Amino acid sequence: MDDLLRDLYQEVILDHGKHPRNLRHPEGANRQARGYNPLCGDQVTIYLVEDEDGRIADVAFEGKGCAISMASASMMTEVLRGKTEAEARRLFDDFHRLCTEDGFTLDQAYAEDREALERLQVLSGVRAFPVRVKCATLAWHAMTAALDGEGQATTE
Amino acid sequence: MASVETMRTPTAGDNSVQAFDVERVRADFPVLQQSVHGKPLTYLDSGASAQKPKAVLEAMDEVYRTCYANVHRGAYYFSQHLTDRYESVRTKVAGLLNAASDQEIVFTRNVTEAINLVAHSFGNSLSAGDEVIISEMEHHANIVPWQLLRDRVGINLKVVPIADDGSFRLDAYESMLGPRTRLVAITHTSNVLGTVTPMKEIIRLAHKAGALVLVDGAQAVVHSKVDVRDLDADFYAFTGHKLYGPTAIGALYAKAELLKEMPPFLGGGDMIRSVSFAETTYADPPHRFEAGTPPIVEAIGLGAAIDYVNGIGMEAISAHEAGLLAYATERLSAVEGLTIYGRAKEKAAIVSFTLDGIHPHDIGTIVDREGVAIRVGHHCAQPLMERFCVPATARASMGLYNTTDDIDVLVRALEKVKELFG
Repeated sequence: MDDLLRDLYQEVILDHGKHPRNLRHPEGANRQARGYNPLCGDQVTIYLVEDEDGRIADVAFEGKGCAISMASASMMTEVLRGKTEAEARRLFDDFHRLCTEDGFTLDQAYAEDREALERLQVLSGVRAFPVRVKCATLAWHAMTAALDGEGQATTE
Repeated sequence: MASVETMRTPTAGDNSVQAFDVERVRADFPVLQQSVHGKPLTYLDSGASAQKPKAVLEAMDEVYRTCYANVHRGAYYFSQHLTDRYESVRTKVAGLLNAASDQEIVFTRNVTEAINLVAHSFGNSLSAGDEVIISEMEHHANIVPWQLLRDRVGINLKVVPIADDGSFRLDAYESMLGPRTRLVAITHTSNVLGTVTPMKEIIRLAHKAGALVLVDGAQAVVHSKVDVRDLDADFYAFTGHKLYGPTAIGALYAKAELLKEMPPFLGGGDMIRSVSFAETTYADPPHRFEAGTPPIVEAIGLGAAIDYVNGIGMEAISAHEAGLLAYATERLSAVEGLTIYGRAKEKAAIVSFTLDGIHPHDIGTIVDREGVAIRVGHHCAQPLMERFCVPATARASMGLYNTTDDIDVLVRALEKVKELFG
């Protein structure tokens, strides 16, 4: 098996892909959006429960997709809990750069939660597979759409 | 044109079929000598688009280098010369489909454009409440134009269900035909399931009910001999790029008496008899339906592709592919956790499948690292995916240059997928 594939499909990703965390429709979700990748038909719906202080009290998802998109959605739900909207958006900005920019390191990140970024870094193997970047970012696009109140995000 | 030596080999059930030397055929396709990620290319995506033989590449190159000009325009030598060659391709297409006349062949960009042409030029004559029948296994190209027609004129769109093995349900179809049925638009071969539909019977029943039939032949002309007169098809569409020709050139066959009555689709140059601001009169078919400068060199390429395929012989190609399909079905069926979608008795060399617990997109990425090119996704047939309750499938589609080795490489690559996913 070649190294690029091993990088892409690391154990952590395969585990999250097979056993996604927070795969549910949470009680009291007050923001939600559907993410759709028309290329492969993958879809996820992201549910957010925002508390009165504007923090994400709970986050979960439902959907079907490839190992990368499921693992990414699963891991996203783990790192977003307790974040403010602004913090969540900053995490996505850095995560997006992790998935697309060769040479991007965590030193250049501006999200506060380094530990979250370190965990998400496991998905940066998609850099070598440009068509798969959309799989890794699908849930995040949907999350952003939910924050924006748009209801739907597509990766096209 | 590349010559391919044919030889007689015994084939089960029919020893009159001529097989061919697949290694000689492969040598005609430069791209097949390429490597991907350090592995020899194993191309199993001809159903999406086929590779091109040297004969096609050289024919197109020769035109650009030696005699290029616009067609139907010039009084000068090159324009007339190329017009003759361009129009001679129409004759070749008529021969490919066994049309009665080359005036029944309209060049289009692809099947999508051909179907949209019929949906406008014929479809606009339909009235609210008229019915168009399609099937559950249609490509989006044979669904969306009819939905647009429904929005324009208020037709009813009816969908024939398919059986669990992917075969066309003639019984259900027959019960749907009625006095308001005006058009039946059905694929001749499913791009996902490989199912070859009982087109002659579909057409006979439609005609009995007073309806016309449009056949989506995108996958069919590639795998077997098509005879529009034997079928009695009213419209038959195919595209060049799946037939080892270039992109952006295809054709619509339509019976002469239908074309004669149909108004133009697109307006512009080349499709007119005379133009004034008060009134424009249109050219006779087929030029009435060919507005603007056509894909001239692509048409020449299509002509070369037809010559190439004829040189080998469609019977030989069909026999070769039937062998591949049987081998692929057997080998893939033996892979644990693999499900094949589409097991109709009449089937072209297309195998759609899934692996338990592994998304087709992941399959596609991993086998690509082994040099294997297959299509993964919904294959522009989302309603069919829903029918089988899968978000997507992986699909190996074979062409005249594929070998049993290609299937072995695919199977080994699938074992690697399973290994990685543990």
